[in-house]
Amino acid sequence: MGMGAETRRLIAKRAAQEVTYGMMVNLGIGIPTLVADFIPPALDVMLHTENGILGMGGSPAPGKEDGNLSNAGGYPVTINTGASFFDSAEAFGMVRRGHLDLTILGALEVNGRGDIANWIVPGKRVPGMGGAIDLAQKAKKVIVLMSHTTKEGIPKILKECSLPLTVKEGAHMIITERAVMRIKNGELFLIEVMPGFSIEDVIDSTEAKLNIELVGRGTS
Amino acid sequence: MRSKKSRLSNLDILYDGMTIMCGGFGGVGSPPTTIDWIIDSGVTNLTLICNDAGFPWIGPGKLVTEKRISKLIASHIGSNPEAGKQMHNGELEVQFFPQGTLAEKIRAGGMGLGGILVDVGLGTSVEEGKEKVVVNGKEYMIEPALTADLSIIACKQADPYGNLIYDQSARNTNPLVAAAGDITIAETVELVEAGALNPEEIITQGVFVDYVIESKGVDWKWVWELKREG
Repeated sequence: MGMGAETRRLIAKRAAQEVTYGMMVNLGIGIPTLVADFIPPALDVMLHTENGILGMGGSPAPGKEDGNLSNAGGYPVTINTGASFFDSAEAFGMVRRGHLDLTILGALEVNGRGDIANWIVPGKRVPGMGGAIDLAQKAKKVIVLMSHTTKEGIPKILKECSLPLTVKEGAHMIITERAVMRIKNGELFLIEVMPGFSIEDVIDSTEAKLNIELVGRGTS
Repeated sequence: MRSKKSRLSNLDILYDGMTIMCGGFGGVGSPPTTIDWIIDSGVTNLTLICNDAGFPWIGPGKLVTEKRISKLIASHIGSNPEAGKQMHNGELEVQFFPQGTLAEKIRAGGMGLGGILVDVGLGTSVEEGKEKVVVNGKEYMIEPALTADLSIIACKQADPYGNLIYDQSARNTNPLVAAAGDITIAETVELVEAGALNPEEIITQGVFVDYVIESKGVDWKWVWELKREG
């Protein structure tokens, strides 16, 4: 969404702080994919992919790619110790059964209650939902990574989503280049302001009602 | 052991308007030789059931690019702009399902079930037009099972009976698709002797497979290869 590489990495780095020991985590395409770079190996996290890997590792060295070992986006990956392969039905069985601790995904719009829209712009872009609905509805914790506004400066954190929903009241947290926000009991709370922005900047670029509940960085 | 080793050129099973289910995820694990055979046969007006539309030059995406598909049942077509274009101009009907629901509908078809009960997508447009039922106090959509006239899949090794093992993340939807075809063609990288596969490690049992054919190998370049080459 027009964000520079450094900004994207900043958002990913902040999201990685939400990952705790032993979690099973699914990372969506885009900024969420970058989160893997910031998860310390000592956390023994099991990364899950929709195409059937639990225990996905980082990118292979150039020349070591294997066309039959890839992430859900089709890019080559490696596996970590303890990894397993399985079919797509099992991949989603794990998710529906409630084993997925955390999913981090992108969004086109969210609202203050945690509704997420990220799979269709009717009449314009209709890529399909892929696994987004399964993941957003069934993960124990859902974090949305997105730009705070459109390129034109129009808020994307809205009172009501205008696009068809991926999930109703699914998001627990939203991280943008401007702020970290938490959704609690159907209300949106600003808990951190990102470097270079003020509280006013965040409020002015957010359409949804924003409660201010600032906490120290990284303690959320 | 009964041998199902076959040549595509000897099979006379394709016809216009048939439903074909194709294994693979983003083209990874899709059967390249079988897909080329379908294109070369000239068959058209097909219904394609597949996790996604691949890429325009990769896997089942080729069938879309060649305009052989009139209806596509998938979870995602974002990697194939040709599919999006055909959908918008009315040439291609697309029916979307959440990925896990689609996989399970296919699995149900292969396992002889009528359908599944699933709550993924309640509260979204997914539930529109769906029959619902309350079981143990929870609401579910009834999702009918999916089968196909023909299933085409790819695997790493097959024995003559059609017992199969797969290669890492190329397994994806293949075992599900293999079981859901009225006729199933398994395209294998390697055909091994009877007894060569460890019974404990066989993923798809040969009883689900009708024909085993040897692959000529992947004849497309992956997106990451093209990017690397600039």
